[in-house]
Amino acid sequence: MKKTIKRLSMLLVGIIAASILLSGCTKNTSATSSDKINVGALFELTGQVASYGTSEYNAVKLYIDDTNKNGGVLGKQINLIKADNKSATDESINQATKLIVENNVVAILGPATTGNTKAASSIALSKNIPLITPSGTSLDVTVDTNTNKVKSEIFRACYTDPYQGKVMGEFAAKDLNAKNAVIYIDNKSDYSKGLAKSFKEQFEKLGGKVIDQEAYVAGDQDFKSTLTKIKGINADVIFIPGYYQDTAKIAKQAREMGIEVPLLGGDGWDSPDLLKIAGASALNNVYYSNHFISTDPDPIVQDFIKKYKDAYGTEPDAFAALAYDSAGMLVQAIKDANSTDPAKITDALANLKNFKGVTGTISIDAQHNPIKQTVIIELKDGKQTLKKKISAE
Amino acid sequence: MKTFIEQLINGLSLGSIYALIALGYTMVYGIMKLINFAHGDIYMVGAFTGFFASTYLHLGFVPSLLLAMLVSLILGVTIERVAYRPLRDKSKISILITAIGVSLLLENGGIILLTPQVRTYPQIFKQHMYSFFNGIITISNQQIVIFVVSIIMMVGLQLIIYKTKMGKAMRAVSTDADAAKLMGVNVDRTVSFTFAIGSALAAVAGVLVGIYYNSIDPLMGIMPGLKAFIAAVLGGIGIIPGAMVGGLLMGVIEALVSGYGSSLYRDGVSFAILIIILLIKPTGLFGKNVREKV
Repeated sequence: MKKTIKRLSMLLVGIIAASILLSGCTKNTSATSSDKINVGALFELTGQVASYGTSEYNAVKLYIDDTNKNGGVLGKQINLIKADNKSATDESINQATKLIVENNVVAILGPATTGNTKAASSIALSKNIPLITPSGTSLDVTVDTNTNKVKSEIFRACYTDPYQGKVMGEFAAKDLNAKNAVIYIDNKSDYSKGLAKSFKEQFEKLGGKVIDQEAYVAGDQDFKSTLTKIKGINADVIFIPGYYQDTAKIAKQAREMGIEVPLLGGDGWDSPDLLKIAGASALNNVYYSNHFISTDPDPIVQDFIKKYKDAYGTEPDAFAALAYDSAGMLVQAIKDANSTDPAKITDALANLKNFKGVTGTISIDAQHNPIKQTVIIELKDGKQTLKKKISAE
Repeated sequence: MKTFIEQLINGLSLGSIYALIALGYTMVYGIMKLINFAHGDIYMVGAFTGFFASTYLHLGFVPSLLLAMLVSLILGVTIERVAYRPLRDKSKISILITAIGVSLLLENGGIILLTPQVRTYPQIFKQHMYSFFNGIITISNQQIVIFVVSIIMMVGLQLIIYKTKMGKAMRAVSTDADAAKLMGVNVDRTVSFTFAIGSALAAVAGVLVGIYYNSIDPLMGIMPGLKAFIAAVLGGIGIIPGAMVGGLLMGVIEALVSGYGSSLYRDGVSFAILIIILLIKPTGLFGKNVREKV
């Protein structure tokens, strides 16, 4: 026993010594040259949620390339450094460390999901480097929910889960006059549960009743058994806060089985693939909240869609729009700070006001969340139409 | 009653797919005592082949199905040749770990080659609903296709095993590989053939899933692979009729749990079945009293 303790402590000492030596070795291989601003793009480029990460990285790259073509910012070119977190939290930590320590980035854009953002945030906070997640929606991304302290360097370009659920709960009760609802959640996803919780609160506050809650697991193929049960309940609306890969299948199978009531969802529904998977006939009487609508005549929106299509050959989704705005917010903050010092960029982000982005006019509030509009989209034969615009609160 | 029958048909459709995948697990186990964990990913490759065949080569249902079977068959035989055969007389654990490695290779290789995006199958069969007995039973044409194809495949498999020389060799090898070798059975070829058939059946399941649920992705094989494995254990691993019954049972149980219990418990119940069966009757429902093991 004594021996093992001794050995272990020797080992620990060895590891600590080695790490001190090694960290001493990581000399700044790429010292910031005066004409380049290093910015990290840390996204899920492979793994489980690679489709979001890829879409967001593409949009960020589009914005930065554009900025560089137009002379850069503060007279310098932005050097975007790509990093892949493989959709994993541990790799998010590794890559965030690499970006900050080796590449000397002044800010990080990404990751796409809440879990990975929280992991990367821990490093960004300890090194005082600002980080903007385009789509990490959970409340505790920017605020430590235990202490209610705002995480000083962490920002986001999207609204939070609770806010979105609340908007849809209100919409169901007031605009659709629904009296009772069924909620069908993705059991694997905090996003889905967060939306469901706040939807229920708001809907019941306005006199509705959630009569049943069912769940699926992301990646399921077969929803027919649960939908057969839901069909028998006869609710006025079904709220399905999930991601399009699943909700498209659910919508298709529900309509095939003769469920005609409105289907409601959140921004996870937004994807050009929704229509491909579900088919046009299934996508009627479907409403979901989103960050922007592609048919918005605003030139900023149309210009973005055109550029994205030209560059990548597909329609951008909401993730791409948010990532595009997060890059825009960063460039704007560097301009406002008139400096590439991370601390000054952080201050400029915290005080960002009325930035005109694709997803609306963005101001950052005290919790580091954007204050901006929400749109509710109605699908008619799979085509997006604007049902309602809800201005910033 | 109407709802119950509807759930039963849902369950049987899903169960047929589990059964087709479970057959491959069971045959490979029967012949070389290996759980081929890459089997679910062979099913994924079959689904993607069917997708490319029908989307880009504009083939009909049957040619797409045959092409998918062929590609998966070649893949299955290749995997056995390259990854499993050199380890056949090494310890069981090393070959099992290799199987898991092959599975991860196929999944992540699929993500790199095919991108992680969900693809949608073309509508090979326009959805029609048929009603019988004044609407007590409603069944869609896709479900009918699933049943018909599954039954054809299972009957075909039985014919191969009991009516051909190769089938006889398979039964011999699964009973005692060394003795079969002494009797002049080519064990290597028999094992290859087993992998070929199992993989082809998985491809059929893949194409049927594509048609029925119309969306596929590179990680689609993980869950059905696990469920089919449970189905194989439930029926009795290594026993062919067991895999069929186990698959159908699993599908029906899942449908009924989702429909009458709560969808939250569906996967939990499936894995609980695995634990219970291993505790109570590890040989499965059909275990031991059936002599024939292929």
